[in-house]
Amino acid sequence: MRFLGDVVSWFAAGEHWRGADGIPHRLTEHLLMSGAAVLAALVLALPAGVVLGHLRRGGVAIVNLANVGRAIPSFALLVLAYFVFGIGPEPVFLTLLALGIPPIVTNAYVGVSEVDADAREVARGMGMTGGQVLRHVEIPLALPLVMAGVRTAGVQVVATATLGAVIAWGGLGRYIVDGFAQQDNVKIFCGALLVAGLSVGVEIGLAFLQRLTLSPGITGRRTTMAVASAVPGAAAHASLSPAVLNERKEQTHAET
Amino acid sequence: MLGANGPESWIWWSWVGDHLGDIGTAVREHLELTAIAVALGLVIALPLAIVVHRWRAWTTPVFAVTGIVYTIPSLALFAFFVPVTGLSRTTAEIALVGYTLLILIRNTATGLAGVSPDVREAAQGMGFGPVAQLLRVELPLAVPAVIAGIRIATVTTIGLVTVTALIGQGGLGDFILDGLNRDFKTPLVVGTVLSVALAVTADLLLLLLQHALTPWSRRRTA
Repeated sequence: MRFLGDVVSWFAAGEHWRGADGIPHRLTEHLLMSGAAVLAALVLALPAGVVLGHLRRGGVAIVNLANVGRAIPSFALLVLAYFVFGIGPEPVFLTLLALGIPPIVTNAYVGVSEVDADAREVARGMGMTGGQVLRHVEIPLALPLVMAGVRTAGVQVVATATLGAVIAWGGLGRYIVDGFAQQDNVKIFCGALLVAGLSVGVEIGLAFLQRLTLSPGITGRRTTMAVASAVPGAAAHASLSPAVLNERKEQTHAET
Repeated sequence: MLGANGPESWIWWSWVGDHLGDIGTAVREHLELTAIAVALGLVIALPLAIVVHRWRAWTTPVFAVTGIVYTIPSLALFAFFVPVTGLSRTTAEIALVGYTLLILIRNTATGLAGVSPDVREAAQGMGFGPVAQLLRVELPLAVPAVIAGIRIATVTTIGLVTVTALIGQGGLGDFILDGLNRDFKTPLVVGTVLSVALAVTADLLLLLLQHALTPWSRRRTA
């Protein structure tokens, strides 16, 4: 009970809300860094995933990229980047960028390449060119999956930004790492609360954004997709493996 | 790689040679932490997956809770339990088990749901009760999905175990941390390469296990 009291007074203390080590500054650092990394990953990965999906080429390479990405521990990647780029925001940014690319490229590829062949053929039959099929049929239908990839990338990037404190960068992870060094359990716990709150918040926010991307024309899928996306982490897991995604899609078709 | 091999190289072979014992210990710790986490995860996840499969009302609460746990970054999840269980192996395992649950439950439940209604009807026609049907028909047919889940959970856990070095629990993360603290590349490279090698090897072994456990799926493809 005393511990909880200490936690409450830690959050109530004015000094934790001011200056370079204050919560607002650490939160801003964390969000700006994560946002920049996800945006850069989008710029690099989205066109590649969409174009390769449209051409239905390179699927094996993309799945392999995602698998290799999963096998390299993000902590190791971060420390490697630190050895190459030294102290500062660069190693954190580049690690987060590298982590953000695979989920985005995989989901864009799967989303576009798995668009119903009949829908594509109808569009062709109506006289659409390849580019028009991509713009008016494939991308709108793939959008929910593309957003699932963005959601996975976003959650993973925000999570790994926490480890940035280990290589002497800022962000909310600082409270946990400093708390370990100072053997300050209250600080450790408060840092964990802040990091967990931010992660769950980002997950829920991106899940909401994902639901907004569902085209009204496919609301037949709405019920099942809505259930799936209302579950935190559901997309995070599903988008790890295209096979699971396909399976889910088939289920949805069967139910409609 | 250029010039003489020494402390400044990415990998200094004589350091590696002098520390083979430590490397072996770290690999063993890494594997132990991973195996305990995945095994305990399975013990908790299998019953929950069956519950979710049988009683739909449980789906949302089970996936909401395990989903939230899955979303929390590893450093924070370790940190939550440090005030309670200290810098201990228990702290590490609680978090590691937590991460496996969403993956294992989702895959198992998907596998159980994928059993064809015809098969279920045939089992009923043969006089199987609900329990026999579950144990002798549905679970065996769900094995490939369960093992797919174990593979993802294992590879993920091997990566996460590198972070447990931050709460003093050994494993290959110790080398990564040591390299960072001493500005010394060789332990970092050793820790990273071995961690990736463990993940890839474990994934392949589990794939072989899946083939061995489901001879019927092999026969179909042959």
